[in-house]
Amino acid sequence: MLTVLLILIPLITGLITFGLKGPGAKVFSLLSSFATLAVAVFAWAQFQVAPDSLQFTADWIPQLNSQFKVGLDGLSLMLVLLTAISFPLIFITVFSRSYDRAGSFYGLMLLSQAGLLGVFLAYDALLFYFFWELALIPVYFLCSMWGGERAVPVTFKFFVYTFAGSLLMLVGIIYIYFQTPGSFSWQAFTSLNLSNGEQSWLFWLFFVAFAIKMPVFPFHTWQPDTYEQSPTPVTMVLSGIMVKMGLFGVMRWLVPVLPQGVYMWQEAAIVLSVIGIIYASCIAIMQTDLKKLIAYSSIAHIGLMSAAIFANNEQSIAGVQVQMFNHGINIIGLWIIVEVIEQRLKIKNMTGLGGIATHAPKLAILLVIVSLANIALPLTNGFIGEFLMFSGLFQYNPWFAAVAGLAVILAAVYMLRMLQKVLFGESNALTATTTDLKAGEMLAMACIVAVIFVLGFYPKPLLDLASGLGLPNAIAAVITR
Amino acid sequence: MNAIITTAVFGIVLMFVGLFVKNKQQIKYFAIAGTILAFIANWYDCTLAGGSSVILHGMVEVSKFSILFNGVAIVSTFLYFLLCGSAFERVGDDVADYFALVFFILSGVMLTASFSNLLMLFLAIEIISIPQYILAGADKKNLKSNEASLKYFLTGSFTTGILLMGIALLYGATGTFNIREMGLGTGDLSPLALCGIILLAFALAFKVSAAPFHFWTPDVYDGSPTVFTAFMATVVKAASFVAFMRLFYVSFTGGDITHHWQLIIALITAATLLIGNFTAVFQQSVKRMLAYSSIAQAGFMLFAIVSNNEMAAQGMILYAAAYSVATIGVFAVLLKMKDYTFDGYNGLARREPLLALVTTIFLLSLAGIPLTAGFFAKYFVLSAAVQAGGLLWLVILGVLCAAISAYYYFRVIIAMYFRAGEAETLPITGGFKAALLLAAAIVIALGLFPGLLLQFL
Repeated sequence: MLTVLLILIPLITGLITFGLKGPGAKVFSLLSSFATLAVAVFAWAQFQVAPDSLQFTADWIPQLNSQFKVGLDGLSLMLVLLTAISFPLIFITVFSRSYDRAGSFYGLMLLSQAGLLGVFLAYDALLFYFFWELALIPVYFLCSMWGGERAVPVTFKFFVYTFAGSLLMLVGIIYIYFQTPGSFSWQAFTSLNLSNGEQSWLFWLFFVAFAIKMPVFPFHTWQPDTYEQSPTPVTMVLSGIMVKMGLFGVMRWLVPVLPQGVYMWQEAAIVLSVIGIIYASCIAIMQTDLKKLIAYSSIAHIGLMSAAIFANNEQSIAGVQVQMFNHGINIIGLWIIVEVIEQRLKIKNMTGLGGIATHAPKLAILLVIVSLANIALPLTNGFIGEFLMFSGLFQYNPWFAAVAGLAVILAAVYMLRMLQKVLFGESNALTATTTDLKAGEMLAMACIVAVIFVLGFYPKPLLDLASGLGLPNAIAAVITR
Repeated sequence: MNAIITTAVFGIVLMFVGLFVKNKQQIKYFAIAGTILAFIANWYDCTLAGGSSVILHGMVEVSKFSILFNGVAIVSTFLYFLLCGSAFERVGDDVADYFALVFFILSGVMLTASFSNLLMLFLAIEIISIPQYILAGADKKNLKSNEASLKYFLTGSFTTGILLMGIALLYGATGTFNIREMGLGTGDLSPLALCGIILLAFALAFKVSAAPFHFWTPDVYDGSPTVFTAFMATVVKAASFVAFMRLFYVSFTGGDITHHWQLIIALITAATLLIGNFTAVFQQSVKRMLAYSSIAQAGFMLFAIVSNNEMAAQGMILYAAAYSVATIGVFAVLLKMKDYTFDGYNGLARREPLLALVTTIFLLSLAGIPLTAGFFAKYFVLSAAVQAGGLLWLVILGVLCAAISAYYYFRVIIAMYFRAGEAETLPITGGFKAALLLAAAIVIALGLFPGLLLQFL
């Protein structure tokens, strides 16, 4: 029942929030997100003692033999925790702001949370698809309604991209369904023996859907614009959690269901991912727009994770899982600072910034820490995941690891340049007016920095989740092949 | 059977009621009561049949499928009267006649799901078509309405000829009109039978406005009074599809026979999907967009005919329900708008949040987004095609077209929510809003649990 609660709490509170006004909606949704967090932590504790108690099955569509089947394992628990932690952080950050039509804003945020949690928990392919789309619809409205002046066309592009991709995945799901003895359950899907030819083309139906969501080069074109135009809290959801849906989809569904397909195409997928890493890093270096810089840096990071998944050995898979969590935390931290700068100075272009450090020292220190975590410096949380991913990739093919390794250097280039342009140097009339972080922002950032250091020093809890239980047997089967 | 008789008789009664009752509101309520009566009669049929098929003199067959489809058609008509009934009086003075004609159409609609003889098929199609010619031209002083009526009549009667020709050829080849006794064998077909099948396919493709037989659709739907377009594009279209599917599923199946016509229908499906979706993208008027969207949706319903299996029947029922309710809802809101262009919807969300919300739900359903009935409708017909095998190219084309369809449906949503403007509407009553909410609730309920409907099949 715990797992069902995880979906029900944001869903029901989200619907209620639509009816609330201004501050009420704000407080109510914050409370709701804390309730979800509490349940998630409780589920984590429960997972250590009795993991079986977290499975739940109920009849849904008897005509199709599709079930409402949810459950938790290490992989989904990691992402559930990330989702549960992120939403309170986001709500705290924007607590001092008041949104037009706040009831709808917070209601949609909570609905997207419900969709995301559903995606991570679903063990039934049709249910998974259901939540996959459900997470998208609220985000579409959030971006279009509260986004920048170009938000409507940009978000629409995003919507059509992902919608087209997920429909292809639906065709794949339907096809596989007819090969099973009539079941959508994950167990039925993974125990199939599809022929190599079938796996080969089915791979692409699924891969495109997930690649668009991640996004992997060349399916990434929706991403920078959407990140730039969305209201920052939504960008945090998009970049922190939603992109993980794609990675999660590959790990939960693609690799276990189509192991041969993955084996056949892994090289192609890695090549695309590595191209994406280098390409996005180079563009990030050239960016002057703060939001776009972070967007491209995110593409590069996701590319590395995707490459590591398809390298598909124990280390790289464990690394991806750890990194999914840490990347989410770090990038939300980055967006919080960007949000602060944008709110205070009404400017996103870095050429107009500079010298903020002298006027807002706390902001400067925190931004430096988060940026260094984003570069994956040792003793920050980013390090362990990247290390595992690179060593996994190296085992697969040293050349890929070498080229992808450039990303670390490039990341240092663009992140440090960003720090230099924004924080240091001469301050101008505009940046001299910068005020430091307020209580809510400070609280959210303090939590994030705490996570960065704690997991940087002591990543064992995450690694425990990522190894053993989290590793689906099918992945292990591919490794031995 | 009782339901068919009830609606036909009620239509005649309504014509006389028009002579004595002058209050148009009362006529509307009377008509709504008629649909409820038809629903009860249908329920009575259901208990009489008790789950088995009853064949009446080799002409009409009352089966689970026909009773369920009748139920869907009756409920859709009920919603249609509830939502659009008061717009009848804006067309002309003969309100009772319009309602009577709709009832006649409804009795034809019920025949399409239960005919077991080609002559009954012909009768059903004609009972549906002739009142439509009249309704299309109901706005007598409007040239566009006249044009629509004439166009529809000319092309429609031409198609009737083709339909009859097909039936005659089949009779020549098999010696029977009974759809269960065709006995076309399992191997090669005689040229006579093959021509018959193809002619029937073309005639029915015309009725469901499949490309390349769709050219009448945009003009007729656009020219007819909007309130009648809402009915033509929904219940009637679904009924033509049911007739199409029933004929091909029952008579032209078995052995290699399916392969003789499957490719033709598959190509028609592909053409319909492409033409419907791409043309809808370029429309400026919501009404005309809906006309092309009805062609596009026909493309998806054709999947049920191509795949020709049991799942297709389930898909057809779901599609009929999902598509009818959602489209009637969109039309009902359109009828309340003063400006039928996309710009006319600008800013509706601020002025009438509820109208905007339910329209969004209906449009999402038409686009096939999960949580709405439209998703499962699409899911079932696409699944049926995957199950039939060999049609994967068509399925992939279908889903890509579904993605395109999002473009024009979302244009309305974008206008309502994200554009500033003063969307002007006619006065909106509380009852209208309640009826809209009922329709939206049906869409969501079927989107969560399609079993609510399919359990009866």
